[in-house]
Amino acid sequence: MSDTFQWLYSPIVKEHFTNPKNVFDPDEKFEGNAEGVVGNIKCGDQMMFMLKIQDDRIADVRWKTYGCASAIASTSMLSEVIKGMPIRDAYSIKPSDIAKRLGGLPENKIHCSVLGDKALRAAIDGYLDKNGRSGEFKGEDAVVICNCLNITDKDIEQAVKDGARNWEQLQAATKIGTVCGGCKPRAEELLHEFVHIYGD
Amino acid sequence: MFVYMDYNATTPLREEVRLRMIEDLEVFANASSMHEAGRRARDGVEKARAQVAALIGARDPQSLIFTSGGSESNNTVFNTMYDLGRRPGGRKKIITTAIEHPCVMNAAKRLADEGFHVVFLGVDGQGRIGLEELERELDPSRSAGGATLLVSVMAANNEIGTVQDMKAIAASAKAAGALVHSDAVQAAGKVPIDVAAWGLDYLTLSCHKIYGPKGVGALYVRKGAPLEPLIRGGHQELGLRAGTYNNQGILGFGLAAELASRDLASFASRLLSLRERLKAGIAAAVPDVRFNGHPTKVLPNTLNVSFPGAEGEAILLSLDLEGIEVSTGSACASGSLEPSHVLMATGVGPELAHGSIRFSMGRGTTEAEVDYVLAQLPPIIKRLRRMSTVPSSACADA
Ligand SMILES: Cc1ncc(COP(=O)(O)O)c(C=O)c1O
Ligand code: FES
Repeated sequence: MSDTFQWLYSPIVKEHFTNPKNVFDPDEKFEGNAEGVVGNIKCGDQMMFMLKIQDDRIADVRWKTYGCASAIASTSMLSEVIKGMPIRDAYSIKPSDIAKRLGGLPENKIHCSVLGDKALRAAIDGYLDKNGRSGEFKGEDAVVICNCLNITDKDIEQAVKDGARNWEQLQAATKIGTVCGGCKPRAEELLHEFVHIYGD
Repeated sequence: MFVYMDYNATTPLREEVRLRMIEDLEVFANASSMHEAGRRARDGVEKARAQVAALIGARDPQSLIFTSGGSESNNTVFNTMYDLGRRPGGRKKIITTAIEHPCVMNAAKRLADEGFHVVFLGVDGQGRIGLEELERELDPSRSAGGATLLVSVMAANNEIGTVQDMKAIAASAKAAGALVHSDAVQAAGKVPIDVAAWGLDYLTLSCHKIYGPKGVGALYVRKGAPLEPLIRGGHQELGLRAGTYNNQGILGFGLAAELASRDLASFASRLLSLRERLKAGIAAAVPDVRFNGHPTKVLPNTLNVSFPGAEGEAILLSLDLEGIEVSTGSACASGSLEPSHVLMATGVGPELAHGSIRFSMGRGTTEAEVDYVLAQLPPIIKRLRRMSTVPSSACADA
């Protein structure tokens, strides 16, 4: 996938952009029991997920976004995919899974579509917290980024949640990249992504 | 319906210009050749030079050199400053603005990297630079960087259409002994330009914004103002810009410029009323909008609007699906995470910058087209706002 505009006009993407599924409608009085919001409009996008969870399954879902066409299309697709899914499985969905279903995603649009699954996880986390099950799914799908120090993407995410906003602060929080330094490019990418999501 | 409202990005070829260029495709002679065919080709180039000179009030056509476009013209000026500033005792302060086109912005940044003192003047909420701030920056006793080498201010902005008071800006610059340049790529053909009355040393033009071909532009250089060629080679353009003449492009430019001069007054008044129609229609049909730029000191064809709560790229693509072509200041459309530097400089804040749409109209725009946009736009904004996490009024107050 190379051309953004070709992608946007693929029939699947166009359908999800012009007719997004499961969009929150204030008049509908949707009754959810879990909610998550991530992103910030300074960066141009924000995402909200609302779930109705029954017996650890996602019975129904609604979402809202301040985001571009790619964000709208991928979140619409995500919301369809997770309906009926056990929350444990939904928790580990990655943007690439959604991108695949949309027939791929152009390079420069990937950052537009990373908020959906984060908001979904935030909603599930909130649900677990409320039910005394905090952190139950954490660590399951963690990927080691810094081999020298066994630091995962979740650790980076947590550091950013705790306030790290640049490389120095991330290093101060995790010591990442202080041995061979080989992880720095990937770690910086993730840092950028998470700051975009959690930064203010 | 298909509605093109992105004329500030580029314009279609005028029919007259297209025919003139096609006719000239038969002429293959090198306009620098001494033989008859070459001289005839050269004649065409010189006639075009006079036509372009007339568009900007340049009395001597020889003060114009043809280039490959606005970007090259602007870079030629900044490259000249690089040479001047590095001479022993050369001035090294450059004053420009925070809302310039990237080709000025990045040329200026490069000079900053090379040790020049570069000031990007801020603008007010409507996109105008402050003359007092300019005066202060021009006065070495009240600001850093020493005496000023160049003041470069765009005559009109491509995104919000705000027009600057070039005459007053040039007068201040002259009084401080600085050279003055203006990027008039967007002003040309839309508002009157008079290099002599304004008192400019350099002025940049690009042909594809005035219904001529792409890849052609010009740089006005006041007689006596310094200039270093960016492209060295043969003797074309008095040795100031080498390269075999692009006859067809230059001839097309000449005719486009002549027609733009001829039509200027009627074009401006017609477009201004279309702009009013669009603006009033949006204000009436869409709640909670903000019009960006200056209300009156503005290009007659440009309307920049923020729709708080709705994201610009989503608006753009929704309009596109209805056959309406516009542009946006949203970061998403640029592929970076930063929204329009122009809107940010006017202080509207990231929320409004991300949700901004530029409607730029032109010769082909009709009332029916404006009305079509007014019919399609409101439901799109409503739909996007309905699914938005950002309440529109919260943004409008920010
Ligand atoms: C204000 C301004 N300056 C310069 C340019 C660049 O001109 P060109 O495309 O001819 O290089 C543009 C065109 O986008 C412009 O709008
Ligand atoms: S892999 Fe992180 S320091 Fe070596």
